[in-house]
Amino acid sequence: MGDRFDDGDLTQPLEGAAESSAAEGGTSPAVGRDEWVARDEERRARRGGWVGTVETRLGVVPWWAWLTLFVALVCLLPVGVENGYVRRVAFDTVIFMLLALGLNVVVGWGGLLDLGYIAFFGIGAYAYAFMASDQFDLHFPTPIVILLVTLVGGLAGFLVGLPSRRLTGDYLAIVTLFFFQAFLTLTNNGDDVFGHNVTNGPNGILDLDELSLFGTTIPRTTSQGQFGVGYLYVALAVFVIVYVALRLLNDSRTGRAWRSLREDALAAEVMGMPVNWLKLMAFAFGAATAALTGTLAASLNGSVFPQDFEFPLLIAVYTMVILGGAGSQAGVVLGAILVSVLLEVLREPGDSRALFYGVLLLGLLAILKPSLRLAVVLVGTIGLGLVARVVAQAVDERWTSGVAAGGGRLAGWAADWVIVPETLAGWVAPVAYLTMIGAVLVLTLVDGWARIVLLVPTLYLAAFVWENVMLAKPEPTRYAILGAILVATMVARPYGILGEKRVEIV
Amino acid sequence: MDTFIQLTLNGLTLGSVYALIALGYSLVYGILKLLNFAHGDVFTVGSFIGFGALQLLGGSTDPVVPLWLLLVTITVAAMAGCAALGVVIERFAYRPLRDAPRIAPLISALGVSFFLAYSLQLLFGAEQRDYDAFSMGEGVLFFEGFDIGNVRVPLLRIVIIVSAFALMVMLWLLVNRTRTGKAMKATSYDREAAAMMGIDIDRVIVFAFVLGSALAGAAGVLFALRAPTFASLGFIIGLKGFTAAVIGGIGSIPGAMAGGLILGFAEAYTQGYVSTRWSDLFVFVILIAFMVFRPQGLFGKADIRKV
Repeated sequence: MGDRFDDGDLTQPLEGAAESSAAEGGTSPAVGRDEWVARDEERRARRGGWVGTVETRLGVVPWWAWLTLFVALVCLLPVGVENGYVRRVAFDTVIFMLLALGLNVVVGWGGLLDLGYIAFFGIGAYAYAFMASDQFDLHFPTPIVILLVTLVGGLAGFLVGLPSRRLTGDYLAIVTLFFFQAFLTLTNNGDDVFGHNVTNGPNGILDLDELSLFGTTIPRTTSQGQFGVGYLYVALAVFVIVYVALRLLNDSRTGRAWRSLREDALAAEVMGMPVNWLKLMAFAFGAATAALTGTLAASLNGSVFPQDFEFPLLIAVYTMVILGGAGSQAGVVLGAILVSVLLEVLREPGDSRALFYGVLLLGLLAILKPSLRLAVVLVGTIGLGLVARVVAQAVDERWTSGVAAGGGRLAGWAADWVIVPETLAGWVAPVAYLTMIGAVLVLTLVDGWARIVLLVPTLYLAAFVWENVMLAKPEPTRYAILGAILVATMVARPYGILGEKRVEIV
Repeated sequence: MDTFIQLTLNGLTLGSVYALIALGYSLVYGILKLLNFAHGDVFTVGSFIGFGALQLLGGSTDPVVPLWLLLVTITVAAMAGCAALGVVIERFAYRPLRDAPRIAPLISALGVSFFLAYSLQLLFGAEQRDYDAFSMGEGVLFFEGFDIGNVRVPLLRIVIIVSAFALMVMLWLLVNRTRTGKAMKATSYDREAAAMMGIDIDRVIVFAFVLGSALAGAAGVLFALRAPTFASLGFIIGLKGFTAAVIGGIGSIPGAMAGGLILGFAEAYTQGYVSTRWSDLFVFVILIAFMVFRPQGLFGKADIRKV
């Protein structure tokens, strides 16, 4: 149902004409060949210089070699790192990678928007809790539980997909979102279902069994109370199995059918594909992966609570898939690592400050390249900051006498450059924040030197907001950033970091 | 009987607010075929703008202007702020994706929604904001009014219901009686054909966002007059507004109104006669039932796709 004409062509003929002639300047479309495709192939052609050579060489390495290398590196991590916190973050990251792989089946391959995905993760965790704790006095052996939970998850996905199978993407999204809400309502109020206590409500289910494989129980914590590293290896093993299984699935007949479904469901149906069945399959596979992951998370935490499965988690997993590149398994794994580390670093003001300025510098370097413009921007921003701070100090001592959050040398530097008032008047935060967002949005509209000139105050304003508003509240900051990443990725690079660009021919 | 009247009144108040939100979804969906997830958060922003305006005007106990002007001002401020927000969202988050695959703007909308909700929390905290309508004009909003049987209908509810319906009638007139409204209908029916007839599609789309977001802003203030507002309120309210739009038939204005009222009544009666805990679940069941048995809603036309 796509538009055969670009609206701009009709309403603003001059602009449209300029665009198409500029495009034709690069490649002249051959007869019988779609101009769009021609342009796109041009863009995907090998880059020149050593970058292109390296890219081509790396492109030859098969996927399983990458996977082996990656897994080997993660396996070595506990050898080098004694820190229980880092190991725990590594485990959480593997969990996120699994979640992203599962969502990739639904969103990336199936092209379906499943907003109830985290509910399946929750169902897996609760199913594990029911089958391996004192809640119903059941203590099944781990392999049976894992098998059952995966089946239950797949079945749940199938059932949720069932009423929505006739519906288009948007309705599916809303049905699954409501299903998610229903799951939360059920778990929160499940301590009184017609007088029976099923889920123990907001208090959650505690004291779940530890995993036990081949006759040995894997301890949750070491004797020093540190993270039990056995769980990392179990999660990693599950990750490899799921990765390979899904990879093979994607190369199979079903995988190809999914892709055709995603590109054009109507055309697929006309070709005689069982569209509804395929959609349900994608749903079920995604849900089964999520449920399996839920088992792992629950068994390590030793408890499940309804608040472990809320909306922010869903957005986090979506950001991983979209940022990494929906449809590409390696991409979503990369996305999971990036987002998971990002969320972890943003917890602590000192670390997140380093990340903030680092990302700003790298971003500037990547966009402006080492050039005169970059130098102008950097010098201008630093100069503006120093001047602004001196002026502020001259006006009122208290405007600059605040202490930058966190600590360390970087905090000291930041406080010498950015205006950090002792107390922030109530109106300053909203005004500065809104101005910053406005400035960033305007930046995307202007070009050339106007952009460079505007960039300087925008950067300083961003630093001001970061030091005074965002560092003080890590929790909302983390999630606001996730939302911004989602929108920015969708608008600027909808195929993510590693995803393959889709050619849409209408 | 008294309980029934009271619950009907609750349903009517709640339903008129839902209907306002549903109209915003319907307007945008009708024209862009886009499910604007951020709409619920625009509603929250509206309630926060209203709160800010209320504080600027001296707070609810001792405002610098008469009560009626106070209410009108905060509503208009919220509507204007939200309309501007709607324009910005459309320009930067949706317009670049207008010809992308269907799933792209949906994900972008999800990001906008999340960004708005957590930006509010970042700037204003997670705590609840209360308009304290009870203190306005020494309680006149609660003590004035009339009785139906033994049930008191306070002025506050009359204000909410009447203003919601007044806005809906204005919207209806705007869409059905003006040239811009005609352009919107034409665009909704067939965007390409409308463009070929000389309609400026971009303007129509922006206008739909302005109208929808302004209504969400008004709904935010009307809702917050009765219940406290908080940063993450928009999620569940937006979900219900969308459900109302689907029940009525998404894209249809009378449908959104009917859907909002049905949902309001359903929720009020469930809370009164069954249980408050499960009322959200009940709403969910209604939605599923509609999607399975009548996906085009009460007033919608079945979507037949021509290739």
